[in-house]
Amino acid sequence: MSTVTLTGLAKRFGETPVVSDVSLDVGEGELVALLGPSGSGKTTLLRLIAGFEQADAGTIRFDGDDVTNRSALERRCGMVFQHYALFPHLSVGENVAYGLEREKLAASERSARVNEVLALVDLAGFADRSVTALSGGQQQRVALARALAPRPRVLLLDEPLSNLDPSLRERTRRELRELVRRIGITTILVTHEQEEAFDLADRIAVLHLGRLEQVGTPEDLYRHPDTPFVAGFVGRTATLHGRVMGMHDGHLDVEAAGVRWLANGPLQMLGEVLLLVRPEATTVDPAGPLSGLVRARRFAGASTVITLLLASGEELEVMVESSDVQIGAEVRVRPNGIGAHAYPDRGA
Amino acid sequence: MNRKLAGWALLLLLAWLVVEPLALVAIDAVRVDGAWTFASMRAFFIEKNEWRAAWNSLWLAVVSVVLGALIGVPLALATRLVDFPGRRIVSALLTLPAVLPPLVGVVAFLFLYGESGVIARAVMAVTGAETAPWRFEGALAVVLIHATTMYAYTYLLVRAALATFDPALLEAATALGAGRWRAVRTIVLPLLRPAIGNGALLTALSSLASYSAPYVFGGGFRVLPTQVVTTRLNGDISVAMVETLALVALALIALLLASRLGGPGTRGAGKGLAPAPRASSPRTRRVVGTIAWVATGWLLLPHLALVVVSFVPIGAWNNTALPSAWTVGNYIALVAQPSRWRPFGTSLWMATLAAAVAAILALGVAVAARDSKRRLSRTLEAALALPWAVPGTVYAIALATMFSRLQPGAGRFVLIGTLWLLPLAYLVRALPIVGRALVGAIRGLDPALDEAATSLGAGGWRSFRTITLPLLGPALAGATALAFVTGLGDFMTSVILYTYDTRPVSLEILGAIRQGEIGVAAAYGVVLTAISTMAFYFAERGRATT
Repeated sequence: MSTVTLTGLAKRFGETPVVSDVSLDVGEGELVALLGPSGSGKTTLLRLIAGFEQADAGTIRFDGDDVTNRSALERRCGMVFQHYALFPHLSVGENVAYGLEREKLAASERSARVNEVLALVDLAGFADRSVTALSGGQQQRVALARALAPRPRVLLLDEPLSNLDPSLRERTRRELRELVRRIGITTILVTHEQEEAFDLADRIAVLHLGRLEQVGTPEDLYRHPDTPFVAGFVGRTATLHGRVMGMHDGHLDVEAAGVRWLANGPLQMLGEVLLLVRPEATTVDPAGPLSGLVRARRFAGASTVITLLLASGEELEVMVESSDVQIGAEVRVRPNGIGAHAYPDRGA
Repeated sequence: MNRKLAGWALLLLLAWLVVEPLALVAIDAVRVDGAWTFASMRAFFIEKNEWRAAWNSLWLAVVSVVLGALIGVPLALATRLVDFPGRRIVSALLTLPAVLPPLVGVVAFLFLYGESGVIARAVMAVTGAETAPWRFEGALAVVLIHATTMYAYTYLLVRAALATFDPALLEAATALGAGRWRAVRTIVLPLLRPAIGNGALLTALSSLASYSAPYVFGGGFRVLPTQVVTTRLNGDISVAMVETLALVALALIALLLASRLGGPGTRGAGKGLAPAPRASSPRTRRVVGTIAWVATGWLLLPHLALVVVSFVPIGAWNNTALPSAWTVGNYIALVAQPSRWRPFGTSLWMATLAAAVAAILALGVAVAARDSKRRLSRTLEAALALPWAVPGTVYAIALATMFSRLQPGAGRFVLIGTLWLLPLAYLVRALPIVGRALVGAIRGLDPALDEAATSLGAGGWRSFRTITLPLLGPALAGATALAFVTGLGDFMTSVILYTYDTRPVSLEILGAIRQGEIGVAAAYGVVLTAISTMAFYFAERGRATT
């Protein structure tokens, strides 16, 4: 078990900065997800931690040891690759045993270790199978077993579920979560899917254009997004243009689309703002102050999210309970005091 | 080991083995008796015969490319897209000419179409004529040989391209209302362009380098490779070097043209599944199948003639349609007389050594090219590929020049007349064969495999030994087999560099023909073909088990 401490990490490819000034603490046994769209630098950050890329600046510490200048070989992180990188010419057992070579175990001890790890990922009895004959989900578990077998200090997962079918992905995610919790290994996971990060991670580090936008628990990120990017990337939002009218009860009083909203945001903020509004921030109310025409409707099981075209020309997403809302109908809503976030409007 | 240092050491070695001999040829062309002169250049450009040889080489290459494509592309389409009876057998048989030693192929043509060949004898038997009805000689004979052997390059490459062709593309074309012919013309052929282009390049380079066919059948028809050797034997070294440079220039032009033919490959967005042959109408199957079988029979007829002739005793087949007696005496003669089987030993050890050393060097270059900075890796690959673009005759002469005097500072030693020059030449010829295959294969490996090994504690050497090497195994085995077979059947470099003690099988075949021992020559050819086929079979089997 280890802690991972990143301080001021930076990496350029040629002239392009890919990772800029990233500092992050990962606690012992913690699972942190690096979340961001493609091109945000999350995979590069993971490869910097593994030692496959050398940082241009900053330090990486495992348990306080500076490993910045150590090779990947010396760092020995357990790593699950996006396409698994299973050795196609070796059996399942040989793949898992590959990382045990260094320990000079007796043959019996080694096969015991292999079987133990395979049982852990629910693949007991698969040791002699060919890895190419396995299903995608099984290959993913072999990759995980192989990474865990040498008992690494840190486990790194590069989009470990992206190659699985959606139905399989959910189950595998659950299994992965339980396994990592049970072993209690410090884990860093790269993903571009918010749902995956929410489900697996203790904390999420949101990356955008190589910079760390915000680090926090899933709830933190959803309820208190620090930046418009985080608000937009984590959960659904509609964006309205507004103006700060004052303060009220620890919130900003913002006017947007002709109505007043209570929004989270820095209280000293004034003037033009961007108001990011979650679907649950408004409630359907025939007497509500805000009206719009239904443009689209998205059924999501227990609820339905409708898109309203407002008189201001802006769009608003609203979560409604019944699904019998007709497209083109007029719907009136009122802000209910939660789920709106204000940010300085840099475009204004 | 310091990887960068290893890369530079390899580069130095290749520079010595591959680049310096050619540079010496270039210098010899403009330096006579220690003085710089363009006299040889001028002699080449004003002499009509020289021009004719260059012109012949050029048009022969163009015609070979066109005919090779006209034979190879339709056959590849037929064997991939139409499910006629015996499709797999035809498919395998059609690849044979690509792997057979060129001289054996040429000799096989002699036995079939030659004036004392099977067909001529049959005609004589029917008409009762006393002399052969034709002479199989000159430009037409060479064109026929080129077209019916070199089609295999285009055939193989187009077939391979079709294997990764996404069948959904054809289905999409059909769904959009395109008939079969329109789909082939507007979808398949444009996407096959890179494969056809590469086939054309291989054919053009082979045709430019072709020595056996013009040598045996050319008669008065001269091309640059034969002209180079003749001029050299006449003692006009400097002019021979100019001719050599002209040949290199033609090869480079072919390379340049081919690189312009590149385009989007057949690897599209699809899944790259091999398309199952489409269900065709019985009539299509019958027609295409018949044409494919007839074409295959015609293309392989010379080799059949070779086998037949190898069982005919001397003098037992004069002017009858079929030989009057059969014998295995020709094969026994190969085994019984030491002077006859010794060349096999010579060819075997030289080809084995050359292929093995080439494989090790190419492996080194492939790994260094992967790990090095781009400039170094590109230079390494270019040096490795150079002998591929340069005709074998040229390299033979270049090596003979390089190793004809002692000058250790320039890496020059006297090897001419020793048994080491020929394996060295085979090695140089083998380098691009193994090199291209291995560099390509190592590029195709997922870099994450190496990283996975590293993260599991396997350092450079262990990762190479346990992951990279086994995964390269199939490519390594196939390419080494091809390099071995190339050396084993080599004629065009051997004829220039051999000594009596190191004469390889190809020269023994030629000797047997000259002495009228046609059956023995054919038996040599059959055995050589059998060994070559076996080498491929084992390489292929190794590929299947990994």
